[in-house]
Formats: sequence, C-alpha cells, structure tokens
Amino acid sequence: MSAIKAKHQRLVLLVIALAALIGAGLLAAWALSKQASYFYVPSDLVAHPPEQGRAVRLGGMVQRGSIKTMPDGVTITFVVGDGKATVPVRYAGITPDLFVEGSGVVAEGRMEGTTFVADNLLAKHDEKYVPREMKDMTQAQAKAVVAETK
Amino acid sequence: MVEKDPKFKNMHGFANPARFLRLARWLMPLLLGVGLVLAFGALAWGLLMVPPDRLMGQTVRILFIHVPCAWLGMAGWSTIAVSSLVELVWRHPLAAIAARAAAVPGAVFTALCLITGSIWARPTWGTWWVWDGRLTSYLILLFLYFGYIALAGAAQRDAAAGGGASRVTAVFGMVGAINIPIINRSVVWWNSLHQPASITLGKSSIDPTFLWPLLIGALGFSCIFGGVVLARMRTLLADIQAEARLRRKAMA
Repeated sequence: MSAIKAKHQRLVLLVIALAALIGAGLLAAWALSKQASYFYVPSDLVAHPPEQGRAVRLGGMVQRGSIKTMPDGVTITFVVGDGKATVPVRYAGITPDLFVEGSGVVAEGRMEGTTFVADNLLAKHDEKYVPREMKDMTQAQAKAVVAETK
Repeated sequence: MVEKDPKFKNMHGFANPARFLRLARWLMPLLLGVGLVLAFGALAWGLLMVPPDRLMGQTVRILFIHVPCAWLGMAGWSTIAVSSLVELVWRHPLAAIAARAAAVPGAVFTALCLITGSIWARPTWGTWWVWDGRLTSYLILLFLYFGYIALAGAAQRDAAAGGGASRVTAVFGMVGAINIPIINRSVVWWNSLHQPASITLGKSSIDPTFLWPLLIGALGFSCIFGGVVLARMRTLLADIQAEARLRRKAMA
C-alpha cells in the first residue's frame, strides 16, 4: 500500500513541478515576444520609426510591380508591405535567387528619411512547396490542386 | 541471471529486462531493415524523381533529409522526457535506460538538421545562419543534448562508484523538454526568417508530389531511430549485467 502511495505522491509532485516549469517557460517566451522577433514589419516601422541610421531589420512582402532598377544598373528600389503599411527600400548589390515580387524579404539596413536603405537582403519564402509544372496552371486549376491538398 | 537481480525485482511486466530483450531481439533488426528500405527508397524518390520546386528549383530536395532529421531531433528529446517521467514516478529501470539510449541518436539527428538547414539556407535565403527564433531554439536543443549526454555519463560513473541514483539526469531530461514547444511555436510567436510550419494537424501546404516521399522518408528515418535506440538499450543492459557479474565475482 505504501509503495502505491509514494508513487502517487511522486506523480503529483512531478505534475506540479511540470506545471510551474511550463508556466515559467511561457512567461519567459511571452516576455521575449517583441525582443526575440527577427525583424520589424512595415507597420511597426511606420508606427514607431527607429532613429535614423540605427541598424534594424525590415521584413515583409515585396509589393508586386514595385521592383525598379536605377539607371546605374546595380541599385534597385522596391516597396515592402505587410497589408497595413508600406516602406520604400533601396538596395545596391546582388539579390538572392528567391527575391521576387510577391514573395517575402528580410532587409538589413537603416532608415534614411522615409526610405529604408538595405545593406543586405535575405529571401523569406512561405511554407508552400509546389512543383514547377503547377506554377503554369491557370489560377482555377491551381486552386483546385491546392484545395485537394488541404 | 538478470531475472534474479534484485534491481529488477517487483517490477511489472514490461520492466522485466528478459522479456524486453526477447522483444528487442527480433524488433530491432526488423525496425532497422524496414527503416533502411523506406528511408533509402524515399530518398531516391525525393532526390532523383520529384520535379523541382517552383521557386527553389533543385534545392527543394534537401527537404527530404532536413525535415525527417528535424522531426527526430525533437522526437528524441520527447523520448527522453517521457522516459524520464516514467523513471521518476514509477522507478522503472528500463525507462532510465531508454532515456539514455535516445540521447546520442537524437543529438545526431539534431546536428544533421542544423547542418542540412544551413546548407539549404545559403541558396534559398541568402545566408548560412541567422539568429532568429527557430534557428536559435533548435541550436539550444543541440546544446541540451550535449549537456544531457555529459550528465548521463557522469551519473553512470557515479552510480558505478556506489554513489546515489541518477535522478539528476531524469530531472534535466524533463526540464529540457520545455524547449520542444518553444521550437514548435517559435515561428508563430516571433517574426523569423524560417517559414511557418508546412504540415499542421491534417493540413499540408506541401504539394502531394513532395509530401509522399517526405512522409515515407520520415517513417523510414523514425524506424531507423527506433532500431538504434533498441540496439543501444541492449548494449546498456549488457553493460549493467557485465558489471553486476564482475561485482559478484569480486565479492566471492
């Protein structure tokens, strides 16, 4: 009998300890909620602009039709948006392969005036993996295929 | 013999190492065989046969190694945590052995996940490494494994020298498990360069063309993992037996 009791006691103690532990972990993660983010989204930058020249990262979607090459041939400008706000970005250098309009980007750089001047671009792709053939389907076809996978 | 070892007395069915060893003797080669066939089949399928991805092109093939490794790195620590709980509450001797046996294969898969992820990140994201939430929490998982392996080794030497039981290892195994939900949620809680989950309960953003070889590969790698854990458990049990025998000889 006493062996069963000890077993239950250990179980209860352990459950309490685990609950405390998970609580502590969640609290820590919640406290980190802003600090641990890898980049600001455009609405953050617009609402709380960082000091000029301070190194920050900006992440969002490259707006369709916004990538333009400057006359010097190296510098590009584009607009990053998150559905609520947009920030114009300027960048001179080689872009990653996955840097395309309508896809995600993380730009490292700083604000100069209202323009974000990037030193480095990282491509942020979405969680979808689709073969190349499907890309050339009509939208209705692609929709049907995507609906099938859901 | 083992059955008469006082350490294993008064334990219920599955705790009986003789019964476990009988089970492991045929289950281990079965898991390893099935796992190797499935994993190599799925890898051949994924590496040679599936079409390239719309954006990533050929680099999408790393998916078929990276994702099973990521899954098993986390499954490995979950094994440690559950076994540690069983060890602490029910004082189950096989649970302690299972937890220790899962550590090294778990660490290997975690390291493979980080390495393949880094190789994949260079052509797709344009960087080898960033300190975003997902990558950082996964690197912490690798360090937790290193800590666990070192601690388990020290506790084993301590126990062999007649020291106290190795409860510390089990406690560490359970405390470390807090990192698993953090890894899982990291892409939701924090803006990260790593994309959110592609496969969530019952849903997949991965086209079936890629999904099938991926799932079969994950199953195959999991079987290999299970087989390796069983093999390591047999080794650890044999070690314990040999040591007990040596001690008895020394006493006689």
